[in-house]
Amino acid sequence: MNLRQTPSQTVGPYFAYGLSPEQYGYDFGSITGGDMAPPEVEGQRIRVEGRVFDGAGAVVPDALIEIWQADAEGRYAHPADPRGSNATFKGFGRFGTGTDRQSRFIFDTIKPGSVDAGQAPHLNVILTMRGMLLHAFTRIYFADEAANAMDKVLNVVPAERRHTLIAQPVGGNVYRFDIHMQGVDETVFFDV
Amino acid sequence: MTDTSNARDWAGQPPYLAPDYKSTLLRSPSKPPIKLPQTISEITGPVYGHESVTGNDADLTLNGRRNGEPLGERIIVTGRVLGDDGTPLPNTLLEIWQANACGRYVHKADQHDAPLDPNFLGGGRCVTDANGVYRFMTVKPGAYPWGNHINAWRPQHIHFSLFGPSFVTRLVTQMYFPGDPLLPLDPIFLATPAATRSLLIAEFSLDATESGYALGYKFDIVLRGRNATPMEA
Ligand SMILES: [Fe+3]
Repeated sequence: MNLRQTPSQTVGPYFAYGLSPEQYGYDFGSITGGDMAPPEVEGQRIRVEGRVFDGAGAVVPDALIEIWQADAEGRYAHPADPRGSNATFKGFGRFGTGTDRQSRFIFDTIKPGSVDAGQAPHLNVILTMRGMLLHAFTRIYFADEAANAMDKVLNVVPAERRHTLIAQPVGGNVYRFDIHMQGVDETVFFDV
Repeated sequence: MTDTSNARDWAGQPPYLAPDYKSTLLRSPSKPPIKLPQTISEITGPVYGHESVTGNDADLTLNGRRNGEPLGERIIVTGRVLGDDGTPLPNTLLEIWQANACGRYVHKADQHDAPLDPNFLGGGRCVTDANGVYRFMTVKPGAYPWGNHINAWRPQHIHFSLFGPSFVTRLVTQMYFPGDPLLPLDPIFLATPAATRSLLIAEFSLDATESGYALGYKFDIVLRGRNATPMEA
């Protein structure tokens, strides 16, 4: 039996108290937030922050960014990962850009390990916002990883667009990753 | 490489750019997405099961109470979550949010001049059972105006968010009500291809109705199917 998939609709402007209530100060628990790595999780602490820009170059204050990532050893906390899940790291974070004065998303997490021999360390990203009827998939790579050169995904991306997928270290443990919906630096999105 | 058995059904999905929905103009990617084979990163995904739901999370008539019952017409929204191969998806988290009976969101950015209800938050969560069935108790949300064009009103709707079995099965959608006269006027609903639009509309159900208490609506949700084999490393 092949059923038609339910169509996507926009997350709209009012997702905060449904999807990220604690971050926005609502009296309802959140399943996750931007703080993804409690102290007991092993790995190199990093912060990944950035902003989302629309086609006119304006900062988007009502975007929702979700991150799915492996642990420091490159293992996903999911039954389909044969290496076994990491009990202390769920690997999922969610942040709305509406609570930061600069409309940033901010994830405090650990740097993921390589998930397989063909891929450099990366974060998997779901981006959605008012004005998007369908969420978009992208990835965040790290500028200081030599393995980027042989990454199978980066290598299918035209060389002149690859920089849109790479977070830059900006001091301390912080990486910066901005998302551009349109324009010369339009972020690469994936059909997966 | 992998087969594409659980690929996004692009033909049944709304496009990124839908000019009648004005906010898509500057917020839609202008370049087509780049096709990727699925790897271990795509066939895995966030796992949130029954442990992520507590107490009255699935009952929106209870979970926001301060000093009484929320106002509005009580409704039950229930249905099954299925893969596109027809398999029920158990243990799947659903998150919902909605306006109150007057068409007002609790959200601080909602400036619509309609009353807030001190006893209604409008956020809920539940997890499907072994047969893929979910069930929420809530009140029917009101329609509300929005700034897309002159005299624009959103049809009554409930926002739904689901993960499904992997990263790529994620779905964010909206459930509408049968017979809503605003549906044929709504650019968000109309941006959806005609062939799949009806999948967004719940069905009134006397079976799901609780006698003397709340009207029942059925809304089944179909996600992309289970994953193909990942690309070899
Ligand atoms: Fe809404």
